[in-house]
Amino acid sequence: MSIDTNTAARVAKLARIRVEEDALPALAEEFNTILGFIEQLSEVNVDGVEPMVSVTPMRLPRRADAVTDGDQQAKILSNAPDAREGFFAVPKVVE
Amino acid sequence: MTDLNKLTIADARDALRKGDVTSAELTGACLTAIEGAGALNAFVHDTSDIARDMAAAADVRLKGGDAPAMCGIPLGIKDLFCTRGVPGQAASGILEGFVPEYESTVTQNLWDAGAVMLGKLNMDEFAMGSSTETSVYGNAINPWRRAGSDTPLTPGGSSGGSAAAVAADLCLGATGTDTGGSIRQPAAFTGITGIKPTYGRCSRWGVVAFASSLDQAGPMTKTVRDAAIMLGAMCGHDAKDSTSADIPVPDFEAALSGDIRGKVIGIPKEYRMDGMPPEIEKLWADGTAMLKDAGAEVRDISLPHTKYALPAYYVIAPAEASSNLARYDGVRYGHRAKLAPGDGITEMYEKTRAEGFGAEVQRRVMVGTYVLSAGFYDAYYNRARKVRTLIKRDFEQVFEAGVDAILTPATPSAAFGLGEMTSADPVQMYLNDVFTVTVNLAGLPGISVPAGQDAAGLPLGLQLIGRPWEEGDLLNCAYALERAAGFVAKPQKWW
Repeated sequence: MSIDTNTAARVAKLARIRVEEDALPALAEEFNTILGFIEQLSEVNVDGVEPMVSVTPMRLPRRADAVTDGDQQAKILSNAPDAREGFFAVPKVVE
Repeated sequence: MTDLNKLTIADARDALRKGDVTSAELTGACLTAIEGAGALNAFVHDTSDIARDMAAAADVRLKGGDAPAMCGIPLGIKDLFCTRGVPGQAASGILEGFVPEYESTVTQNLWDAGAVMLGKLNMDEFAMGSSTETSVYGNAINPWRRAGSDTPLTPGGSSGGSAAAVAADLCLGATGTDTGGSIRQPAAFTGITGIKPTYGRCSRWGVVAFASSLDQAGPMTKTVRDAAIMLGAMCGHDAKDSTSADIPVPDFEAALSGDIRGKVIGIPKEYRMDGMPPEIEKLWADGTAMLKDAGAEVRDISLPHTKYALPAYYVIAPAEASSNLARYDGVRYGHRAKLAPGDGITEMYEKTRAEGFGAEVQRRVMVGTYVLSAGFYDAYYNRARKVRTLIKRDFEQVFEAGVDAILTPATPSAAFGLGEMTSADPVQMYLNDVFTVTVNLAGLPGISVPAGQDAAGLPLGLQLIGRPWEEGDLLNCAYALERAAGFVAKPQKWW
């Protein structure tokens, strides 16, 4: 499995990380080194093995479907890079 | 009493309870030591005012007579833990200026027990690294140096600031977190003790997430006894973490009898790696002999899937990281890139994440994105999760056969020089976790104990791996090893 610059660009796009055009070949090469290392996993016979979901055998706990928290608008917005009128502000999403 | 910052937690506790010393004095000694240790770049956010207030409150409580063991003990806190009102950014540029409005459960437990917060400690960005060289705060420095050399060494990572601070006596203990070895490797590199408890023992709530199925908090301390005391104060059930174990927390310190007669210690043959330095091999053989002399039965065991632990980890951890780190989008907290005219929300995400994340974090997020993407999910992610099942089964089988604990080296080498690994490809750095990462994949408790020194005088650690939820038994084995190894060396003060 070899990753070319087009695939590297697609992965960067999926991850929402801007990578400049001239940095793509080096990135693709790094991916190939890491994926080459990961490739060893194909040697393992995993027939009939269940993929691990939880490392401790446990049922996830359930709680009552009740409001336990809230009314903290100011605290929630306190770290926002841009907050206006009680909302997070972002660039225009819909034309 | 002089050099109060050099006390162990156990000795400080006893002195506090007897009234021989106050928390204000202890805390003052640590703050002075921190002030003189800027060269180590261990502490990155100063909370000395909070520390003095907490120490004063602890002294009042101690006078009252029924203070818990951690009351009045000054600690350093890894920057990964959110502490209310104190800047915390997981050593990342993307969380620049973030001030949490809430307190992590682990730190809240420590404050409830009366512990004192000295400041926030350096680490690898989002705990991704083995050398604290990916930190936005710059490198943390190991207080240890090779004999006759002033080459700056890494304290390891990702909890490198915690390790450097404890080894240099800037605090009595520190919190760490461990996703693939991030408590145990830095502990080994700095001659201190670090335990990663069973997955689910410590609440993950309020700890910035890296790989949620692997992350666990734990104490980094000067002795095994201190680790037992501090771990007891950190853990416990928390409804806010759905994977937190709802089981009682035993008195770990009470388990430290030092008597390991009849215990079965497994020596896994797969950990004998090609090219292992002779010093590490000797350390391992010495440790084996010490446990045998202490009355344990030593048994050769096999953990056949060991070789595949690192590759499985480097699928699972980046996959979970790519999902966890999706929240850093420039909307709710932290850094937002300056936008050009006409930039929309996609440009905001892409520029913010490119500016805010360092190179290693970007790499792992993208690898994670790739292994989770359509067409590769089964080949990589699901296969890695199946291999993880097999790795856990390896351990279950040896425990079922009667093994109580497993002894391995903690790291493949002593601390390396800063920059020595950065020129190598990323996989070379990943190999640091070769002995520790299996434990995270299997959810087991593991502890690193200083057990010897290399030819240059640098500390070396041994790892003991225990049965799930048997931290008390594991700590007792570690206590026996600590007593037999008699490691007392300290770094020369050069900073």
